[in-house]
Amino acid sequence: MTKVPVQITLNGKERSVFVEAGQNLLDTLRRSLGDLTPKYGCGQGTCGCCSVVIDGQIRLSCLTLAESVDGSVIETVAGIGDGAQLHALQTAFITHFAAQCGFCTTGMLMSAKNLLDNNPSPTREDVVEAISGNICRCTGYEAIINAILDVAAQGGSGRQLS
Amino acid sequence: MSITSVICPSASDAARVLASNNRARFFGGGTLLMRSINEGDQSFDTIVRINDPIMMQIQNAGRQLIIGAGVTMSGLLSNRDAQFLASAARSVGGPAIRNMATVGGNLFAPSPYGDFTTALIALDGIATLADGSTVPLADFLLKRKNDHTSIVTQISVNRPNSADEFHFLKVSRVKPKGIAVMTFAACLPRQGGRLQNVRVAAGAMAPTPVRMVSVEQALEGQGLDAGTIEAAVGVVSHDLAAPTDAIATSWYRAEVAPVHLRRLLIGASGHTGGY
Ligand SMILES: Cc1cc2nc3c(=O)[nH]c(=O)nc-3n(C[C@H](O)[C@H](O)[C@H](O)COP(=O)(O)OP(=O)(O)OC[C@H]3O[C@@H](n4cnc5c(N)ncnc54)[C@H](O)[C@@H]3O)c2cc1C
Ligand code: FES
Ligand code: FES
Repeated sequence: MTKVPVQITLNGKERSVFVEAGQNLLDTLRRSLGDLTPKYGCGQGTCGCCSVVIDGQIRLSCLTLAESVDGSVIETVAGIGDGAQLHALQTAFITHFAAQCGFCTTGMLMSAKNLLDNNPSPTREDVVEAISGNICRCTGYEAIINAILDVAAQGGSGRQLS
Repeated sequence: MSITSVICPSASDAARVLASNNRARFFGGGTLLMRSINEGDQSFDTIVRINDPIMMQIQNAGRQLIIGAGVTMSGLLSNRDAQFLASAARSVGGPAIRNMATVGGNLFAPSPYGDFTTALIALDGIATLADGSTVPLADFLLKRKNDHTSIVTQISVNRPNSADEFHFLKVSRVKPKGIAVMTFAACLPRQGGRLQNVRVAAGAMAPTPVRMVSVEQALEGQGLDAGTIEAAVGVVSHDLAAPTDAIATSWYRAEVAPVHLRRLLIGASGHTGGY
């Protein structure tokens, strides 16, 4: 089986890995690079659990050809906090009870972070649109939307809440 | 499944690889092809990608806009010259899908997908193939072969003369992101109050997006008034062969198609209160 060398910047760190031709990025992140934060929900692009940010754009890692991201900068939930200090969005998800089983949460957080990075003052409609590719079977979405709007109201995605 | 991946410098090189290997598939944004790989689809074992800048460009050419087949939906949304296509591009999937899904791939997406293609047909889209030949999109789709050998490099469309000339409507059950029950696109130029060179297309209402020639004929040369709209809506079934799938039955689609086409045409007529 052909292996292709791929170099990426994952959450600020240079990483090199050999991937199989046709392998998806989700498998590469989870199995080869040990980042278990993107989840495997469907492998079909429909659930959004595997959402990561690639070169500033939100994408589905299960539908991304691993070899195509050579040279890219990739962000996952593993990199959004600062050690034990949670990211503002993570804190807001806790205070708003925006996570129940938590399976969708890492994908939701990446979609939310990407929204706030590009649009620090989103409307409710913008938030609904931004998470429209992420399915949550537990919360009914309201808590998630409110958590994201709360972070926006407090000054955007980059600020850590204590 | 063991996959072989080939990268070619140009579309014509890629077309040669596809012609010599019937288990090879051209890889666009991969939103459908990666699904197949993840599912273990055994019908192909080679993916062919290209690094051809022409496929990533959007160019202004007078009355026409030339869109590279590798341009993504979000690439279109962020391009100032392509704003007349924004409603159609925004209707495809959620934000992550739009960052990956290409215009070229949308031409080959099985029904009920193909929302963006429906808009391209209504704008008299013309596809350029890897050998440089051109073919009207509506004909290309009717003859769309499943031999996987033709590569579309660019699609050119006529730019509407004004924002109120082009209309797009996607009907879906889930909002804001949902698969189409049906999609309509209409280009309705008017001269002296009469419709001229009308184009109307429908998606998810036949095996591929199609032109609605009977509806176009009912509109052509008329003023866009209540009588004309009813005449057009009355022939909506002539051009369609609505499929049954997980989203809707053929019967349901046929029943509601006149309702949604009427809504689009009333919106286009500017009679916001309806007739
Ligand atoms: C969750 C989800 C939601 C979706 N929602 C929508 C939607 O709302 N509306 C909609 O229309 N579609 C939707 N799609 C389908 C799909 O994402 C789009 O149709 C997209 O435009 C396909 O493009 P792609 O580049 O990803 O195709 P790919 O997966 O790369 O390719 C699909 C097919 O097209 C062929 N192909 C690709 N590019 C070319 C080319 N330039 N020349 C010749 N052949 C080519 C490939 O060989 C393959 O057979 C959705 C898909 C998913 C997974
Ligand atoms: S696992 Fe990628 S969208 Fe579901
Ligand atoms: S918290 Fe369970 S799916 Fe969202």
